Amino acid sequence: MKALVSVAEVAELGDDFEIDGLTIDERYLGYSLNEWDDYAIEEAVTLSEADVVDEVVVVTIGPERSEQTIREALAKGADRAIRIWDDAVANVDALMPEMKTRILASVVEAEEPDIVFTGVQSDDDAWGATGVALAEEIDFGWAAVVTELDLEPDDGVAHVRRELEGGLEEVTAVELPAVITIQTGINQPRYASLRGIRQAQQKELAVKSLDDLGLNESVLDSELALTELYEPETESETTIWDGEPDETAAELASFLRETEVIES
Amino acid sequence: MSDTLVVAEHRRGELEDISYELITAGRELADAMDGDLHVAVINGDVDSHAEQLDRDGVDTIHTVDYGKGFNHDVYTQAVTELADSLSPRTVLIPHTATGMDYAPAVANALDNPLVTDAIDLQYDEELTVAREMYSSKLESVIATDSTQAVVTVRPAEWPPTESDGSAAIDAFEAEIDEAAITSTVTGFEETVGGDIDISEADFIVSVGRGIEDEENLELIERLCDVTGATLAASRPICDNEWLSKGRQVGQSGKDVTPDVYVAIGISGAVQHVSGMKNSERIVAINNDSTAPIFDIADYGIVGDLFEVVPALIEEVE
Repeated sequence: MKALVSVAEVAELGDDFEIDGLTIDERYLGYSLNEWDDYAIEEAVTLSEADVVDEVVVVTIGPERSEQTIREALAKGADRAIRIWDDAVANVDALMPEMKTRILASVVEAEEPDIVFTGVQSDDDAWGATGVALAEEIDFGWAAVVTELDLEPDDGVAHVRRELEGGLEEVTAVELPAVITIQTGINQPRYASLRGIRQAQQKELAVKSLDDLGLNESVLDSELALTELYEPETESETTIWDGEPDETAAELASFLRETEVIES
Repeated sequence: MSDTLVVAEHRRGELEDISYELITAGRELADAMDGDLHVAVINGDVDSHAEQLDRDGVDTIHTVDYGKGFNHDVYTQAVTELADSLSPRTVLIPHTATGMDYAPAVANALDNPLVTDAIDLQYDEELTVAREMYSSKLESVIATDSTQAVVTVRPAEWPPTESDGSAAIDAFEAEIDEAAITSTVTGFEETVGGDIDISEADFIVSVGRGIEDEENLELIERLCDVTGATLAASRPICDNEWLSKGRQVGQSGKDVTPDVYVAIGISGAVQHVSGMKNSERIVAINNDSTAPIFDIADYGIVGDLFEVVPALIEEVE
């Protein structure tokens, strides 16, 4: 079996930031591997170590900066990587799920994986849509928000548990090939070893443009437009206790006594 | 193309609250567009569900009877067919684990744009959707000029419609392609059981990612010891298996309503907040003054938990 893992580098806002129109300047952002995707990589690499999967290919849509993230996936055990980027993609204001779906569909067509993993959502734009949309596009089965996966390749079935709300899980069987969107907590993602990091430098990381994938810029068409970006107004009337730790702790302690949750 | 179609959600025979919330959101949109509000209910006891969904403002309820419960392949096909047949301007689907399992497929099958996790919807010649980004620190507005769009709607953002309606009920004969059903739901399992029931606690101290290391949990356990608080946690702590799933507060864990909830090193992601926002009083300790937890806290300490918590323990002792 061949596994394709779609990963994203995500931006995290620092404590201080400024919004400039519809964007945030890069200097206020920190970049890292999307948390959900870390679990998706672990799931694929674990299957590879168990010889259920023969090859793990990671794919990302991202600028050169994101190679750090994708090298991390290689260091954790993925076999090779594809990074998709060109000027047309760079010029898009906001990469909508439908664009990612069309681009990733062409990668699936070229790579012909038996199973595709992706995180449930990305931490920054939180669409939570690409995996299931991709499955529909490429005519794969799918399962979203998966917290347990048991593959039976001989039967062509993936048995999954999907996390619902309120501590309930749905038990589902889905035919392969399939796209599985991975929820955090499904496994314990490893740290890359020094040996893994060294090996990752030797692994193939192919950079591809839309043209290389046989796509044209129409895959970036969207009827959606980002029109506003702002800090939400808070209606809260939070009382902030200021001061040194012993002072704020004293305030909190007397609050707890006043509310009688602790004895005075 | 001025109607709104809402898809109801039910699980194990019960309609979920989000269904009635979507009726409220859908009616507002339908009014703004001067169109009708359609509600779809798929599978299960559709007649009894339809009766319950007959709330104020609903024009037509469409029932699709093709099985006992949720199946994403059936839902995808049925909603796609309904949207083709009714040509609504907007299709509203719950932003839940269930909705996320078919809404993107519906949008893709219809070749519609999809906007997820809406917290506000406006219509004035074009549809605009407000949603959160960057772990709830920012909001964005997405506009769509398409003739049809699929939107998933965050639970508990709109009040449920309670009063009775007088909707027409229509049994929709969906032509489900059996060969395209590649998934089977075989059952349900409870994940949060275990040693403790945090939902009954009066005083909760809850710990999040800010604790950094498993061994640092000792500090919070000591605080619980000296104050008599019940220990709870946000998702990352339970994902890491540092504490049992039974102690997880939030969307996929427990809902809690203590007299006092002290959130330590918890940023306040929406999934967590949904499980503790009904606490009587909320105190947050976090070193990031922009953390969303401060938006719902009554009292806050902006500071290093590794300094504040030991000082608090000393103070109480």
